Amino acid sequence: MDNNIPAISVRNITKSFGSVLANDQINLDIYRGEILALLGENGSGKTTLMNMLSGIYFPDDGQILIDGEPAVIAAPKDAYRFGIGMIHQHFKLVEVMTAAENIVLGLKEPGRLNLEAVGRKIQDICREYGFEVDPNQKVYDMSVSQKQTVEIVKALYRGADILILDEPTAVLTPQEAEKLFAVLRNMRAAGKAVVIITHKLHEVEEISDRVAVLNHGRFVGDVATRRTNAQEMTNMMVGHAVSLNIQRPDPVDPKPRIQVQGLTVRGADGVVKLEDVTFTANSGEILGIAGISGCGQKELLEAIAGLQKVDKGSIRYVEDNGSFCELIGKDPMEISAMGVALSFVPEDRLGMGLVGNMDLTDNMMLRSFRRGRGAFTDRRAPRKLAEDVVRELDVNTPSLSTPVRRLSGGNVQKVLVGREIASAPTVLLTAYAVRGLDIHSSHTIYNLINKQKQSGVAVVYVGEDLDVLLELCDRILVLCGGRVSGILDGRTATKNQVGLMMTTLGGAEDHD
Amino acid sequence: MTKPRTNPLFHISKRKEITLRESASIRAGAILLALAACALVTTALTGENPIAVYGTMWHGAFGTTRKIWILLQNMALLLCVSLAVTPAFKMRFWNIGAEGQTLMGGLATAACMILLGDKLPNPVLIPLMFVLSCAAGAVWGGIPAVCKAKWGTNETLFTLMMNYVATQLVAYFVIVWEVPKGAGKIGIINQSTEAGWLPQLAGQKYLLNVLIVAVLTGLMYIYLSRSKQGYEIAVVGESERTARYVGIKVEKVIVRTMLLSGALCGLAGFLLVAGTDHTITTTIAGGRGFTAVMVSWLAGFNPLNMVLTSFLLVLLDRGAAEISTDFGLNHAFGDILTGIILFFIIGSEFFARYEIRFRKSAGKEG
Repeated sequence: MDNNIPAISVRNITKSFGSVLANDQINLDIYRGEILALLGENGSGKTTLMNMLSGIYFPDDGQILIDGEPAVIAAPKDAYRFGIGMIHQHFKLVEVMTAAENIVLGLKEPGRLNLEAVGRKIQDICREYGFEVDPNQKVYDMSVSQKQTVEIVKALYRGADILILDEPTAVLTPQEAEKLFAVLRNMRAAGKAVVIITHKLHEVEEISDRVAVLNHGRFVGDVATRRTNAQEMTNMMVGHAVSLNIQRPDPVDPKPRIQVQGLTVRGADGVVKLEDVTFTANSGEILGIAGISGCGQKELLEAIAGLQKVDKGSIRYVEDNGSFCELIGKDPMEISAMGVALSFVPEDRLGMGLVGNMDLTDNMMLRSFRRGRGAFTDRRAPRKLAEDVVRELDVNTPSLSTPVRRLSGGNVQKVLVGREIASAPTVLLTAYAVRGLDIHSSHTIYNLINKQKQSGVAVVYVGEDLDVLLELCDRILVLCGGRVSGILDGRTATKNQVGLMMTTLGGAEDHD
Repeated sequence: MTKPRTNPLFHISKRKEITLRESASIRAGAILLALAACALVTTALTGENPIAVYGTMWHGAFGTTRKIWILLQNMALLLCVSLAVTPAFKMRFWNIGAEGQTLMGGLATAACMILLGDKLPNPVLIPLMFVLSCAAGAVWGGIPAVCKAKWGTNETLFTLMMNYVATQLVAYFVIVWEVPKGAGKIGIINQSTEAGWLPQLAGQKYLLNVLIVAVLTGLMYIYLSRSKQGYEIAVVGESERTARYVGIKVEKVIVRTMLLSGALCGLAGFLLVAGTDHTITTTIAGGRGFTAVMVSWLAGFNPLNMVLTSFLLVLLDRGAAEISTDFGLNHAFGDILTGIILFFIIGSEFFARYEIRFRKSAGKEG
């Protein structure tokens, strides 16, 4: 195939949702044998654009050319006909079916379904690109990374030669991300076009050949990756120069605040989620928690916040004068009634931390609505708080009465963090506080967390990006399969060290 | 591989927001279209002049003072049941057992009137009837709620089944209390003494019911939008995990809200038996428990809007009844018209949520 004709050409594509212009006259070329990174802040229209290529949305205006021919992509099946496959952030797999069943689901092939033949074809695809998939494994038995692999194989099985991946590494460990990149390089070598949406600049530098940048629904420009650097890409994305360094002020008078001793937690199905976890979180310090996703981080934070049933162990809240109280067995109401100012920014922002259909004021009220006597709520204080948060954290919202689900990811997180720190906490628990956030919003969050630390708050920061954990945290606790693999000094630890401890208890050196 | 060259004629996309004006005009348009469609159907099927048919509908609803009072009374009772189910619906607890809860309230009222009618004076009897009918409805609503809170049972099936139990209970007591023996019905209770009958205000039989429901509408609006409990209901309905995260005791809210919902259904039963019908039958709730679901839903669970939606449904019902008698049409014909109108109104929800965009330019060759 001639490399000079773009696999996909997007011409003047415009798409709006109500009064929000998500894509404004975008022009973009995607070539075969190339990995294109699509960069942009939250809400800049990357996913919208890709969803139009994969038939989920239909453009209001403009045109899509495939191999130089005008094409109409009105439904996902059209996209497959043109060889476009998209791997969404949230996987679209049927949990109770096997890999092979998921892969052929919805395909109308003549004759009877022969799962063995399907399995052989899957194995061929895997051999060609270096995947590992067991066609007969049920999806619910799979790790996140395996599910993602199934999604990619599903696209390839359907003959996709233009592959779009929406933030594929957000849920992967560094090692899994490396494996994915190796596969993507094999696809490039096989002449496929690959588009990857990501926020992580070091990944862009590592994997892509060309970067295209969107800003507020407009196409800013594209540039060969080797001719640019992280700083320049960030400036393009944000529209002005920004600093990429994360501050790490020295701990302020650290004293034990939360003491966790021998904590053991079982999940609903009786599986041990945390086993004999012991650590101390100090005031005026950020304690990072690293680990492969789903190895006990969620249970740990929820146990401290009084949302998780605990099997064994103790969690003590220690006052400055040394007196302490036990948090286990208390629900969030009882914990706050004891005078423990504990704030929690959960992983699931709209499903747990906020109510998506309520507006900013009502969401601010979640923590405080019981205040005051009488049967009625007082919305004046929450409205004032909402105004303050919007102003101080620079939340981009049409009004205070906009439902928070309409805000972009970064703004949602600012609202949540803003509310949680407004109650002047002494303990701040955060889970994946910057997941899915662009550089600019991420730095706003880091600064807010640092400010809390400097005012003497004990911060627990569960993160997935090791670079950030190493730059931000004073100490890093590494979890491995629900157990403490070790606690490292954030100033001296290395990425490799943490990575090893995440996969092996204690991080034993490899002997090879 | 065949490639279509032109863009599709139109495509459908979700609206992100809608102004009040747009939403009002979509709904008004739906009603106009519905009336036009009804006119076509009427002329095609019966040969009657549609304008005359509409005139008759209007007359059936507003023709005389008595008809207006009946309309208001029907509306008040439907609205009362709708107000009752709304807190449960806001909590995403699908209470479709309002019919049974109303019946139980009515049964409690009737029991008081029959058993205590000659023992207690009205000023004692009526408050007692009020309390007991609310309690009976609350128990009927509370049982599925407790089971849902404790064991996660499905509230839709549970409340639905409770309807049948309530109907059978009423059927049983109708036989126990039947007058005269063997009649299979109770007839008007305390016709001579009027013991337990709600008093008439200003000589109007239905005024008290209408006033009680009007006050209830205001109270429910304030309860849902301004009270702490109303806020808890909204949070639990939107996301139980969020509710737990901020320390709301979800089980407690579910049970408390369903007690309230059931008690208000019981109140409707009380108004029905003590205020208007002065008897009890298995069909006394008249399907209001189910129509209320539609009233509440069409109004977006807003008690003030429910005044409009309950009015609309009662108007259609009264008008339809008048047509069938006046034009000698089958009674089902009125139901056909009601069905057509509801179809358009519910269908207009689609256009309020989605918009259809027509292509701007035919696909130009690139």
